[in-house]
Amino acid sequence: MSDIPAKAAPVPSPETAGYWAGAKRHELMIQQCNSCGRHQFYPRVLCTSCSSRMVTWVRASGQATVTSYTVVRRPVSEAYAPDVPYVVALVALKEGPTMMTHVVGIDPEDVRIGLSVEVAFQDWTEAVSVPVFRPVG
Amino acid sequence: MAHSLRGRTAIVGAADTDVGVIKHMGATQLCIEAILRALGDAGISKDEIDGLVTCNSMAEPYLYHAETVAEYLQIFPKYCVSVGAGGGTTFTALHQAASAIESGICHTVVIAMADSLRSGMSREKALAMQSSTGHPQFERPYGLPVPAYYALIAQAHMHEYGTTPEHLAAVAVATRQHAMRNPNAQMRTPITIEDVLSSRLIADPLHLLDCSLVSDGGAAVVLTSRERARDFRRRPVYLLGVGEGHGHEHISAARSLTTSAAVEAGQRAYAMAGVGPHDIDFAQLYDCFTPVVLIELEDLGFCAKGEAGPFVAAGHTAPGGSFPVNTHGGLLSHTHPGNPGSMFALTETVLQLRGDAGERQLDKAGIALVHAQGGIMSSHCSIILGREDAA
Repeated sequence: MSDIPAKAAPVPSPETAGYWAGAKRHELMIQQCNSCGRHQFYPRVLCTSCSSRMVTWVRASGQATVTSYTVVRRPVSEAYAPDVPYVVALVALKEGPTMMTHVVGIDPEDVRIGLSVEVAFQDWTEAVSVPVFRPVG
Repeated sequence: MAHSLRGRTAIVGAADTDVGVIKHMGATQLCIEAILRALGDAGISKDEIDGLVTCNSMAEPYLYHAETVAEYLQIFPKYCVSVGAGGGTTFTALHQAASAIESGICHTVVIAMADSLRSGMSREKALAMQSSTGHPQFERPYGLPVPAYYALIAQAHMHEYGTTPEHLAAVAVATRQHAMRNPNAQMRTPITIEDVLSSRLIADPLHLLDCSLVSDGGAAVVLTSRERARDFRRRPVYLLGVGEGHGHEHISAARSLTTSAAVEAGQRAYAMAGVGPHDIDFAQLYDCFTPVVLIELEDLGFCAKGEAGPFVAAGHTAPGGSFPVNTHGGLLSHTHPGNPGSMFALTETVLQLRGDAGERQLDKAGIALVHAQGGIMSSHCSIILGREDAA
């Protein structure tokens, strides 16, 4: 695990702290607008749909569908080399927003657009856990 | 009717530096070299420049890059700005320069860009550049090399429209065929679809030969008002239309993976120029990775959505095809020094429209579209250029 800290660990900002604190608890936190009810990701100070500033944290279901993916064969840096080949994907959450993630727990060759996945968490350090997704079931 | 830049400015000088691996020149020096060559092409002295637009270099960055270049040359412009919109920078810069001339701020603007990504980058700088792409909190942790961002776009296009790896490879092959006709191109060895598909897989479905080059080099153009353009020795190439579209910065926040803000950029440029896709004789389309060309062909109206793969595979964009694309060899085979990359698409277009393109001169070169995008299909700018008879 000594290589893990060299990965590009996120540094939370005031408006994203709730997301990363949730990840640490292994909960996927997204925002919902109190005014129009729409969910959004990434965290922002306003609802991008209705411009209300009444956005609050809610725990997402963690259910999602792969909308695109790639299998990385040449890592971005040495820190990711032990993981090659790894799957980077865009997933659409059941609540609507899209996020980037890894798909794990499946042979990379078997990942497909449309695959149903659910959230899981990788504990990188004592301070940082990162959401990833794995096939449902 | 909105005020229009149509035909109000013209390119009267254009030049490239040597490109490829240029070890004996730093990035700033390449930028100066490009300017001196463009001024030579235009037949004017540096003291006639009253506007300067550059983009920063990664190998030799300056806090105020355009000011540094002006200082180096000891010129004292009325308008001096560095633009930064990734690969879209080049044409955004042209848009701003044309606007500055039309508003009367200045009369003769040099747009110059160069970098030394191949020879001028320390290992530390190269790593920092590679890993600086992506949202720092919501994308970078997942460890994407730059091709992987574009691979996400390619996979979605393949899924939605049935585009194949062979279609992507056909872009690389057609572009190489153009490069083989350009003595300045870095890569002039013929390649086949099979060569592309058997090159190393980087991020599915992108192979090594689906990816553009990493190079040293620069280019510059001289832009002036319509009124002054006729006083120059070169045949003026007129700016007929320009339009931008900005859809997102991060690919995970894109409105669509398969339709880009090139749609808006193109529509705005066509509207200003008063032409449509069928009036365009040839195009230079940003080709950092092969799938980008397919999406641009579609979003700019040259093909219906989903039909660009078969269009390229049928040879339409290759030399001798019905719609030549990237006649200099593009970022895939000519050269790609980073943000300045599209400058070469611009200088090539100027050569073609003047009739100065030598053995690769197109028979029909009256009006052209050049398009660039920066980020991950984020910032788009389309430019329509034409000869005097079109202006």
